[in-house]
Amino acid sequence: MDYTPTQSGSRQRKLQPNMRLRRSSVDGLEGSQLFEDTSRAARGLQTGNQQAGPQAAGLSSQSILSDPMSNLAMAYGSSLASQGREMVDKNLDRFIPISKMKYYFAVDTVYVGKKLGLLVFPYMHENWEVSYQKDTPVAPRFDVNAPDLYIPAMGFITYVLVAGLALGTQNRFSPELLGVQASSALVWLIMEVLAVLLSLYLVTVNTDLTTIDLLAFSGYKYVGMIVGVVAGLLFGRPAYYLSLLWCCAAIFVFMIRTLRLKLLSEAAAEGRLVRGTRNQLRMYLTMSIAAAQPIFMYWLTYHLIR
Amino acid sequence: MAFTLYCLLQTAILCTNAVAVLHEERFLSKFGFGVDQGVAGFGDDPGVKAQILTLIRSVRTVMRVPLIIFNSACIVLLLLFG
Repeated sequence: MDYTPTQSGSRQRKLQPNMRLRRSSVDGLEGSQLFEDTSRAARGLQTGNQQAGPQAAGLSSQSILSDPMSNLAMAYGSSLASQGREMVDKNLDRFIPISKMKYYFAVDTVYVGKKLGLLVFPYMHENWEVSYQKDTPVAPRFDVNAPDLYIPAMGFITYVLVAGLALGTQNRFSPELLGVQASSALVWLIMEVLAVLLSLYLVTVNTDLTTIDLLAFSGYKYVGMIVGVVAGLLFGRPAYYLSLLWCCAAIFVFMIRTLRLKLLSEAAAEGRLVRGTRNQLRMYLTMSIAAAQPIFMYWLTYHLIR
Repeated sequence: MAFTLYCLLQTAILCTNAVAVLHEERFLSKFGFGVDQGVAGFGDDPGVKAQILTLIRSVRTVMRVPLIIFNSACIVLLLLFG
């Protein structure tokens, strides 16, 4: 133990252990000679492992780094950290397929721009097929028609923020409401995806739509919702209704044109009239999925514009 | 309508419980579910009704034991924390 009689050291000796930890990290930020190494060690350990952190920071705040005890603690902490990270990665990959998710986030600015334009104005686009490359779909970066998760994720977060903004302009805001909006929208999204999955199972459609694809398609409506709410905030209720109407029509057409190729049989997708209850069911399914989008868009935004 | 994730969890448990307690004799055999009526045909087009029956049957088979565990956990938690 090193009782160097600096001002911080004497202060430190009088404080309680947990206060000592907090004080040491604060003093370390000031960069005084004694605590510079401490804060580096504490910060390094805390980013690695929360358990060994307080213990080692407490130890090293009492001594300089050459002390074997703190060396041992740091080595133990870093090995624990790497073990923990390996375990987390292995187990997380079992539940959330991280490698598959990476495909959906392989976007670039051009793609995002084109896709946003497509979501708002899908009427001029002609080729809606997803291009493949040896049986695997091409990354969204190279194909505008491929679904991605970047726009839905960003759209969801932006929707929550815009909802908070809208509530704030009406003096109805409180921080819990952000959480309420977010969880509400998330629950509706999950229920929609589950309903679509259930109906896909019941109609026995052989499609290569994965759950994440459905999540992506259901998340595209947030773009229209944001446009509607922002227009309503800027220009009032008529602008909200007009822009929401436009975005609803746009997302309806977008969904139909995208899902047509995935859900319907080849002949029906090309536009030829195909009889049979199964094809009819599929057509109804596509229609109802597409029609659910405007309903949700209105349901999730009407209470924001008064 | 303020939905929370907890609400979704409750809904899921309630719905699964509902499917699990459907009575075979009184209710399901009227829909062609009964023990003696097999699901005929491995054909190309099972149809919506057969799919529903398959779904109900598989949920009842798979979720019996996990539901017991989960319901007991819920009962204990609700007793303790209200």
